[in-house]
Amino acid sequence: MTEAVITPEEIIKRGKIVFKKTKNMLDKTLSYCPGCGHGVAHRLVMEVIEEMGITEDTIGVAPVGCSVLAYEFMNIDMQQAAHGRAPAVATGIKRVLPEKYVFTYQGDGDLAAIGTAETIHACNRGENIVIIFINNGIYGMTGGQMAPTTLQGMKSSTSPYGRVVETMGYPLKITEMVAMLPGVAYATRQAVHEAKYVRKAKRAIRKAFENQKDKKGTSIVEIVSNCNSGWKMTPVDSNKWLEENMLAYFPLGDIKK
Amino acid sequence: MEDVKLMKGNEAMAEAAIRAGADAYFGYPITPQSEVIEYLMMEKPENRTGMQVLQAESEVAAINMVYGAAACGKRVMTSSSSPGISLKLEGISYMAGSELPCLIANVMRGGPGLGTIQPGQADYFQAVKGGGHGDYRLIVLAPSTVQEMADFVDLGFELAFKYRNPVMILSDGAIGQMMEKVFLPDQKERLTDKEVINKYGSWATTGKPESRERNIITSLNLKSEVQENHNFHLQKKYKSIEENEIRYEAIQCDDAEYIMVAFGTSARICQKVIQLGRDKGLKLGLLRPITLWPFPKQIINKLADTSKGFLSVEMNAGQMIEDVQLAVNGKAPVSHYGRMGGMIPSPSDVLVAVEKELKKIG
Ligand SMILES: Cc1ncc(C[n+]2csc(CCOP(=O)(O)OP(=O)(O)O)c2C)c(N)n1
Ligand code: SF4
Ligand SMILES: [Mg+2]
Repeated sequence: MTEAVITPEEIIKRGKIVFKKTKNMLDKTLSYCPGCGHGVAHRLVMEVIEEMGITEDTIGVAPVGCSVLAYEFMNIDMQQAAHGRAPAVATGIKRVLPEKYVFTYQGDGDLAAIGTAETIHACNRGENIVIIFINNGIYGMTGGQMAPTTLQGMKSSTSPYGRVVETMGYPLKITEMVAMLPGVAYATRQAVHEAKYVRKAKRAIRKAFENQKDKKGTSIVEIVSNCNSGWKMTPVDSNKWLEENMLAYFPLGDIKK
Repeated sequence: MEDVKLMKGNEAMAEAAIRAGADAYFGYPITPQSEVIEYLMMEKPENRTGMQVLQAESEVAAINMVYGAAACGKRVMTSSSSPGISLKLEGISYMAGSELPCLIANVMRGGPGLGTIQPGQADYFQAVKGGGHGDYRLIVLAPSTVQEMADFVDLGFELAFKYRNPVMILSDGAIGQMMEKVFLPDQKERLTDKEVINKYGSWATTGKPESRERNIITSLNLKSEVQENHNFHLQKKYKSIEENEIRYEAIQCDDAEYIMVAFGTSARICQKVIQLGRDKGLKLGLLRPITLWPFPKQIINKLADTSKGFLSVEMNAGQMIEDVQLAVNGKAPVSHYGRMGGMIPSPSDVLVAVEKELKKIG
């Protein structure tokens, strides 16, 4: 029996295209651990920007954290901000280029610990920007230390016996906090570890950018994500753990719309 | 028509920023420089030129707003005083690393810590030796009059863009607060994004058109070889700044037997000391560095051939004296006279110090 050799081009020609990589993502291998949610979140943001036709008008701000290299994969103009300062950097951009689209992409340590002041005040000014907030309950980049969002009892390299709230404080629901501020137009919590969540998360990101188009103020999209390496789990186990534990404390859905 | 006004140094700097075609100012109040943002808020430059002014939640936020706006190719300024500058240093190091142009004014007060709100010059080391982390340099301009507070704004922006490097105006509370006559410069147009590209190249993040590769502003290089090459590039740039941008004023140095070296407020005092000394028959001169970095080494070294010695007069415990000593390179004795904590030396006190040194030299 002879096997027919089919080239990728031919497959594309013969089949119906159900998925296409956005041209806003470069053809590069992501630096994230296999199974990590950062890659999906990147793709969703880049897809929304392409679909809205605002690629040429968008400036992104990468944080310090695992996604510090976001600009290596996103094919748009980008700046890299100091740890926690992305909302201030985005403010600077938006104030001098008010007609452009500006977003930050930040982890929980970046946004809810070292950058708390910048986050709250950018939101309080109602800066017309989008904040994409990846909450994985840990400091992934630096090797799995405790984050402001680390769950009670959750182990990390700096809470090796589990987070003790009496001495280490409570996991911080910063999205609920900033949702209180009149400058915030939209605050939502999403996830990307399963297809059904991914679709919803993309709609939320789209809404956030539409808000910016309509000059409505700050939109923050929290994405509860995994850090399989930091949590010391397989990707599959980490997603299960996320579903059972993270989502119990950080429930999904719109907080302010 | 000449535009002459009586203004505080801080106000002159703010007005000069509008006239220099600045695109934005981000700041946080601190004595003795709050007049900068107060003046700008009162003046509503948005109506005059479109310039944006924003009071940030902290100096940390302010310098990062400067980072974001500067990375869009804009003329952006911030100002503060000593404790606030300490907070800005992280951002300043990032801007130096990412090669972003910007103007930072430090209207110094006495330290350390919260110190005093009175004038000081104790941030010399912080300004010229680094301050923030990593191998970087700021171009540091030291005004000694209200006129220079105004003039150094446009000069600072020009240098910042020429070298894609942060520039600092290192002033102090006395010059910030004093009122003097100032000739204000003409209004410059703010540059469009296209004009920025034509003049300075296409490096800014203004949104990526299909026609070019994406622009990235970052100070991160995870590969050591790449980072070292970036360091070599920065050092080459700093060398070229040292070769081309040294500025100073030599006052009555030609026949001087003894020379004071001083900047800013201290230099004003030393001008009086020259007069007092010369009245007594002492041939004194003053070398006033205008750029503290790059430091006017060669001229000081040359003056060491004819001067019996040098007195570094500073409102601190002795910081610039180290650079004077390096420049003199052992050719003549170098001493320091200073006051601290917000105290300003009097001309007669400096003269006593000069006479004491001259007696030692014999
Ligand atoms: C001023 C400063 N402090 C500390 C660090 C070290 N650091 C780098 S990333 C990071 C934590 C990042 O965690 P998070 O924001 O949750 O991002 P993740 O890696 O989990 O996506 C820390 C503490 C730094 N780079 N700069
Ligand atoms: S360390 Fe965690 S957050 Fe970072 S790439 Fe790996 S899995 Fe993702
Ligand atoms: Mg994290």
